[in-house]
Parts: sequence; C-alpha cells; structure tokens
Amino acid sequence: MKKKLATMAVAAVMAAGPVMADLVFPSLSYRTGPYAAGGIPFADGYADYFTLLNERDGGIGGVMTKVPECETGYNTEKGVECYEATKGEGALVYQPLSTGITYQLIPKVTADNIPLHTMGYGRTSAANGKVFSHIFNYPANYWNGASVAINHLLDTNGGDINGKKVALVYHNSAYGKEPIRTLEELAKKHGYELSLLPVDHPGQEQKSQWLQIRRDRPDYVIMYGWGVMNQVAIQEAANIRFPMENFIGIWWSGAEHDVTPAGDAANGYKSVTFHNVGSDFPIFDDIQKHVVDKGLAAGAGDQIGTVLYNRGMYAAMLAAEAAKTAQEIHGTADITPAMMRDGMEALEITEAKMTALGMPNFGPSFKVSCENHGGPGLGGITQWNAADKKWSLISDFGPSDMDVILPLITADSESFAAENNIEQRCN
Amino acid sequence: MSDNLIFGAEVFLNGLMAGVLYALVALGFVLIYKASGIFNYAQGVMALFAAATLVGIMKGQVPFSHLINAIFGTEVHYFGWHLPAILGILFTAAVMVALAWLVQKFVFRHLVGQEPIILFMATIGLAYFLEGVSDLMWGSEIKKLDVGLPQGASFWLEENTQWMGFGNENFYGFFIDKLDMFATVIAAILVLSLVIFSQYSKQGRAMRAVADDHQAALSVGINLNFIWVMVWSLAGFVALVAGIMWGTKSGVQFSLSLIALKALPVLMLGGFTSIPGAIVGGLIIGVGEKLFEFAIGPMVGGATENWFAYVLALIFLVFRPQGLFGEKIIERV
Repeated sequence: MKKKLATMAVAAVMAAGPVMADLVFPSLSYRTGPYAAGGIPFADGYADYFTLLNERDGGIGGVMTKVPECETGYNTEKGVECYEATKGEGALVYQPLSTGITYQLIPKVTADNIPLHTMGYGRTSAANGKVFSHIFNYPANYWNGASVAINHLLDTNGGDINGKKVALVYHNSAYGKEPIRTLEELAKKHGYELSLLPVDHPGQEQKSQWLQIRRDRPDYVIMYGWGVMNQVAIQEAANIRFPMENFIGIWWSGAEHDVTPAGDAANGYKSVTFHNVGSDFPIFDDIQKHVVDKGLAAGAGDQIGTVLYNRGMYAAMLAAEAAKTAQEIHGTADITPAMMRDGMEALEITEAKMTALGMPNFGPSFKVSCENHGGPGLGGITQWNAADKKWSLISDFGPSDMDVILPLITADSESFAAENNIEQRCN
Repeated sequence: MSDNLIFGAEVFLNGLMAGVLYALVALGFVLIYKASGIFNYAQGVMALFAAATLVGIMKGQVPFSHLINAIFGTEVHYFGWHLPAILGILFTAAVMVALAWLVQKFVFRHLVGQEPIILFMATIGLAYFLEGVSDLMWGSEIKKLDVGLPQGASFWLEENTQWMGFGNENFYGFFIDKLDMFATVIAAILVLSLVIFSQYSKQGRAMRAVADDHQAALSVGINLNFIWVMVWSLAGFVALVAGIMWGTKSGVQFSLSLIALKALPVLMLGGFTSIPGAIVGGLIIGVGEKLFEFAIGPMVGGATENWFAYVLALIFLVFRPQGLFGEKIIERV
C-alpha cells in the first residue's frame, strides 16, 4: 500500500511540474526539384547537428530539440505555406535557404515575433538591426562575398587591379542581382572594368554568355549561380579554356556537385566561403558515434563532410548557440521565439567556443548586436582540387570592405524603413 | 573583317548547334503527337529518367537502394560492375521500351477516345510520377555522365579558321563545342532514320495510318496497342539521346526535365506533326535567340534568350498558325 501511495505521489508531482516542450527548429528544406542537390546536404547537416545535441547532450539546456521538416522545393509559395504550417508548433527560428522565401517572410516573421536567420543569403540590408528587428544574416552576406572576391583579386595582383576586366555571371533573379551595386562601387574605388552577364533560370544553356566572355577576354569571372547554372558555367569555362584559378564563385557556387560534372577541367576553380570545408574536425567523430552509428543520420547519410552539409551543420550550431544564449539571458530552458531573438541578438562566437564544440577554425569569430545583425562580414577562399576531389581553404577569414558596404546597407535599409513606416531601434 | 561581322558569324554557327540540341528534345514530342494526338508533357522528364537510368546501369547502382536500405536496414548500393557505354545505352533503351509498355498498359489504354485535354492531363501526372520514380530509383544527386563523347572547343577548328579574321587581332578562330558537332551528326542520323522508318517500313506506314485515323487503321487490322507502344518507345529512345547530350554538358540532374521548355517554341514554330519541322524549327530558334542576344541583348540588360524564343515562335504563328511544317487545319462549315 505504501509503495502504491508513493508511486501515486511521484506521479502527481510529475504531473504538476512544468512540462518542457521540445525546442523547435523547423527546417524549410528542398529535397526535390531543380535545386535538390544543394538543398539535401544542407538539410542533412542541419538535422544531424540537432540529433547530435539530443543524443550526446540531452538537447539544449536539458530540453530536447525537434526539427520538423517541410518541403519547399525552393518554391516561394510553398515556402510561405511551410512557414504558416509550422509556426504554430513553437518554431524558434526559421532558415528558409532561399532569398525568394526570405523576402516573403520578412514582414510575416516580424509581425509574428519569430526570428529569421538567412546566413549568406536573403536581403543583405537586413544586417541593419535598427530596421530589421527579427532578421539576422550573420556571419556574412552577399555584399561581403562580392567584396571578399575582389579582395582576393587585390591580394593576387599586389593590391592593384586598376584596368583589369572583371565579368559577373549571375543568376537572373533577386539573388543573382544582389552583388551588382557593391561590385559597381568597388569598381569605382579600385578602377577595374565590370561587365554583367545575366543567365536566366535554370541556366542549362549559357552559350551566349561564354561566347561573350571568350570575345571580351575578362581577366576574372565572378559567379553568383545556383543549381544547374553552376555546373554548366564551369563546364563552359573549361570549354573556352578560361583559366579556372581566375574564376571565383560565391559560396552558393562552390560545392562538390558544382565541379564534379566538369571532371579534371574544373581543377583550380575557386569559391568564396564563410565557413571551413572538409571533415577533419572533432565534431565529425561525435556525429559518427552519436548519429550515424545509431542509424539516426538524416537523409541517406551520404553527405557528411560535404561543403553544403557543413554549412547546414554550421547554421544549426549558430542556432543552438543562440538558443543557449537565450536560455542564459532569460534564466529558463524553455525559451520562446521572442527569447530566441534576444539570444540571437546577443550571440557571441569565439574561437574558444568553436574549439570546445569540436569545430576549431570552422568559421570566423564574431559578435552580434542590436545594430549589427550581419556580423563582421569575414570570408575566405576555397579552391577545388580535381585529383583529390576536395575543396581546401586557401586563405584566412579576411575582412570585406565595410567602408563601401556599410553605406549601401544603411541606404537600402533606411529606404525600406521609410517605405514601411518602421521606427528605428537601438537608440 | 569587322568584329561584329566575324563574331556574328560565330554566334550564328553556335546558334545552329544549340538549335540541334533543342530539336532533339522537340523530336520526342512530335513522334507521340503525330501518332496519337497526345501532347506529352512528360517528354523532358523522360530525358531525365533515361539519362539517370543510363548512369545507374553503367555504374552498377542498385535501383531503389535508398528505399531498400531504409526499409530492411541493409547497406546495398552497387552490384559491383561497371558497364561500357554501349551496353549501358542498350540496356537503357530496353528500360525505355518497358516504360513505354507500362505507360500504354496502365495509363493510355484506359483513356482511348478521351478528349485531348484529358490525355494531356494524364501526361502531367506521368511527368510527376516519373520525377519521383527517377529520384527513388537512382537518387537526386547530380551524376556525371561520361559515355566517351568529345567535349570542349575544337582546337583544330580554332587554328584553321583564324585566317577568316583577315588580320582582325580580336578574332582567334571560330569556337564550336565538339559535343555540339557530335550532337548535330547524331541528330541528322536520327531524323533521317525516323523519316525512312515512317515512310518506307511497314510499321512506319502503320504508324502514319494510326495518326491519320486510328479507327480506320483498326478496321484494316493494325494493332493499335503495338503501334502506340512502339511510338512511346521511339520517343523514349529520342529522350535517351537528348538526355545523353544535355546530361554530358551539365551532369544528370533534375534540371534536365526543364529542357522541355526549350522545345516548346521549337514545336510552335516547326509544327507539332513534322519531324523535319522540329529540326528546322530548332535551328531557327537556336540561331534567332543567339543572334538577338548578341545584337540586342547588351542594350536591354541581356538574358533575352528564354523569352525571345517564344516571341519568335509567336511571330511565326501569326502568319502560319499550324507552324512551318504542320498540317493545315481545314474546317468546313
């Protein structure tokens, strides 16, 4: 009888105690459609990191995490539907991996008080936290990427690219057009000649653009591509014997599947990045032990250590660290989306923290603030080795030209604030 | 020689080559439309499916391996062989024949006599079904396709055409991709074979009879089912050829299914029922869009090719609604 009473008492206490809901990190993924080859590894990396936290650490701050996936097919309408379908589950942060979806979600998340993290994509001027209270794009954005590419050209030319010809081959969409203004401003500053070559979706046929490059003979080509556009561009560059070491893609044009169809001809192709590449980091041992060996790997489990898997994992790590920061700020493990936003705004990533997480030198150190939601804009350069079938980081994470970029961010975001009657914050 | 003239000639040549690749896709549409009156929305996806199957067979990949492994907890991925391209192509052609038989048996046999819009809707369903099956069978990653086709600039052509610049320092020989030249030869052989087949073989004549009036054809003892399976098989083979050419350029991936978008203006221009029309339409679209991009593109910000192809086709439609080689529609009141 005593035992029965004791059991009932424990049950009553447990029932009366606070119920810890899962920390929900929705994944608006695309595993189908023309951009699936990029969407799958990112989604796998994002999911595997949270599985690792659950299996190894028992979640974040003792609360388990949950990553509900919703297939967007990289389609803006479907992305918005996914947002509406999952926000009621207590979603802490959204990462849609699409600039088109991002633009649609900006007003929605702001109204719903849910933060949006668009790492390396989305609306660049969202880096201005005074205007965009719920949008974050740390650690780097498109304009930083363009500047890092130009800085690399400066480095390889002894600091002088005056008179050089630079061609921008870009996806003819909101995403692809993002760097134009920055590259034009940088052209004024450094004296290079910029030519623009748009490629329509999906980019399967680019003969005209590459014949023009063959005629104009630019010294360098910068590419802002995605999906099949990348593979075709690299193949066409090889066809006209454009020197691969002078061909630099943004981070969305620098994954394994972008270069492998061209085979050996892609050797030497470069890409801008804001995180490290490869699987030579202690965290991958933990993923193997706690995720893969237990049969819990997302997808087919065959993407681990690829460029976009690493990016998804890095995005998840930043979200998890922001959640930890939010838990510390608010003194509760069971955080809300509003608390998560506070955590993201107070996020500080240091080398010591990344080393402790098993990710030494995986990305730049940075601190987010109320004013600066974009981080420091550091970036590095990776290069493809076709023989080893590997990307290597060939530079440190260096600064971008914030003297040029900051005024552009301020102008664009203030114009957005004026159009939408947004009162600036952080005063 | 002036830059514009010499580079215009180069663009013209490359436009012809691009047009041949568009025509390869359009041919598949024409074959099925001609024989059964069905506008096959799934033709682009058939090219993707055929190319993915070819890569899978050549690499010895176990079909549906991800699904099998997920259900049974196994770790099977490859059979352990690597087939030469020619065998891979033969096996893939056999798969496309099997697909044609399945499509006929389970879809279109039950829709005989239905309105064209119903048949069109069925092909939309087929396209989505095939997309999913292709991903499940072979995975959705980008696959490198290497059947030994030459690729890249022809150095011989570049070196031996430099004199055509007549001292123009900016011109260093014509650029033509070897793959495009190869595709032109293949397309010429394919079209010739199809024309000979449809004009001079018993099955070809039966196919034309079915196209003219399938009930009359049935009354003279033509096996409709066989003819439709044969036509879908031919379209499957054309899709395989198109998939090889486009897949060699960009890797085999989902976007291959979107090449159908390039075939539509070709069909509008050449006519939906003419095999030579597909070729001529392809060449006109290829040359037209490339020359427009070269001459006008820079003035309007570029990226004109996609929409200009449709504008060009629409202009032709104003004067010949049935397309250049399409059958004239005569309706007596």
